Amino acid sequence: MKSEPQRRGKRNPFAMAGLIVALLAGAAFAALPVLWMLSSSFKPNTDIFQNPPHLIPTTFTLDAYTKIFTDPVKVRFFVNSYFISLAVTALTLFVSVLAAFAFSRFDFPFKSALNVVIVSVQAVPPITLLIPYFGLMVGLGLYNTYQGLILTYMVFTLPYAIIMLTGYFNTLPRELDEAVKVDGGSSWTALWRVLVPISVPGLVSVGIYTFMIAWNEYLFALTLTKTVDMRTVPIGIQLLMGQHSYEWNQMMSMSILGCIPVLLLFLFFQRYFIGGMSAGAVKN
Amino acid sequence: MTSTPTSAAPPLLKGGGKGSTAMLRKIRKVALPYGYLTPTVVLLTILMIIPIVMVVGYSMMNNVIMIKNPVFVGFQHYVEILTSDAFRNALQNTLFFDIVSVVVHLLLGFGFAMMLNSPMLGKVTKSIFRTIYVLPWLFTVAIIAVLWRLLLEPTGVINYLLMTFHLTTTQIEWLSNPDIALYAVTFINIWSGYPFYMTSLLAGLQGIPKDYYEAAEVDGASGWQKLIYITLPQLRPIIIAMALLDFIWTTQQFALIWMTTGGGPLGTTEMLSTYTYKFAFSTYQFGSAAASAVIILVISMVLTYLYVRAQKVKY
Repeated sequence: MKSEPQRRGKRNPFAMAGLIVALLAGAAFAALPVLWMLSSSFKPNTDIFQNPPHLIPTTFTLDAYTKIFTDPVKVRFFVNSYFISLAVTALTLFVSVLAAFAFSRFDFPFKSALNVVIVSVQAVPPITLLIPYFGLMVGLGLYNTYQGLILTYMVFTLPYAIIMLTGYFNTLPRELDEAVKVDGGSSWTALWRVLVPISVPGLVSVGIYTFMIAWNEYLFALTLTKTVDMRTVPIGIQLLMGQHSYEWNQMMSMSILGCIPVLLLFLFFQRYFIGGMSAGAVKN
Repeated sequence: MTSTPTSAAPPLLKGGGKGSTAMLRKIRKVALPYGYLTPTVVLLTILMIIPIVMVVGYSMMNNVIMIKNPVFVGFQHYVEILTSDAFRNALQNTLFFDIVSVVVHLLLGFGFAMMLNSPMLGKVTKSIFRTIYVLPWLFTVAIIAVLWRLLLEPTGVINYLLMTFHLTTTQIEWLSNPDIALYAVTFINIWSGYPFYMTSLLAGLQGIPKDYYEAAEVDGASGWQKLIYITLPQLRPIIIAMALLDFIWTTQQFALIWMTTGGGPLGTTEMLSTYTYKFAFSTYQFGSAAASAVIILVISMVLTYLYVRAQKVKY
């Protein structure tokens, strides 16, 4: 197996050349827009549409970043996004661990009916819920609050989290929790002392997925918040457009800052990232 | 963690029935799984089941939310929407956006996955290119929208490149020309969505047993024949699943359209999602908005049913 790449490479130089051209063309397609974003974030706003354009800024400045970090309103967008996303992740994991435990380890009336409900609510489009949510959130006193957005996002993250974790728990032998019961422990102990600690890979996968859903959400963040101090990063970027002029360099630097948590998650947990996302798509 | 409000139920049930009667123990045993499910059931009931009932109710009311005593109008909103030109336009745009996105996503994702799976490349080269190719995936839709607005500005870098290479003589108004805007937003959606296919198909390709190809080589199969008779049939379940999922997601796409064209110019990029949103939050016709939202729900449900059925065929 190991000698195979070289053997084939030598056998067909034309295929190799074609492959390299295709690889580079693909890389340009994927990466050039991103490089342009990075480059624009280090330009003064007056240089954004300079003619001819330069990928390497002619005047390199951290001005756009400074303006974001020194503006409490813009810093607040990030604080909001981090707080909401982390809270959604923690709560989703907690609630879904409990539900997945019930689905994986107990038999009870209406189990399959509940399971069908959880699978099918995934198909409900956000826009369908948006209209009743507006009134509902105002009625519950949750309009323009963190709690409102956190609970909303959990509705979209929970079903997937429960399905994934139920699958994960199902792969763990029941003897593990039986042993706890023999020692006089409750099911609660078995769950938190035995199952959860050995389910860390599954929890990381689900956690990353959940964090990304919350971090990226736009529609409800736009509609269920009103004041500028409650806005999240995706809405904050949009707020830089319009008012007086387009602060393109700040929009780009905010975009770069906005993708950092996702980038870090990707770099450190690449395996879980791709595994979780595609498994969710292909399996559930 | 245990201080969270949603965690109240299970700890109450953890006692295991020490010192209680057999009856009580039995009740606890039956109640236990429900205890674990309580937070989920409460949340989904209040924020999923009730809203769906509400939206269906709204869709049959006139001037709902805006006035105190809305009138029941039955299916009037549905009839109005389904027979309106604006809805047909939004539906057509959505179908174009969906179908082109799904097909090109699939082709690009497959192409990239095949390249990354090539035995001619070393491990390091593969992981470098995989990271580059996955880049568009790391950005949220809001970021993708502003990035492409910058790139596609009439005085922006894309027009500059096209004019430098004499592919066009005038600055193209990508997002505000009614003849072009729909293609432009579809292109942006394609750029942002192919990595999902690429990673899934790559995982799929790596899962195809090597001896299938070896056996085919012994029989003298060409590269093309291997693709048609081994690779594609093996990937079929993944391809069907992803295409349906992508179709569902693309139908629901709102942020990208809203932040690039807002459905304009002249409604040429109006999608079912922006059409519905405008009913509610631009013209405050919540009854019509609800009816439109229910129509999207039904479409999604049908697609999901197909998705689940396709999944069942696989296993």
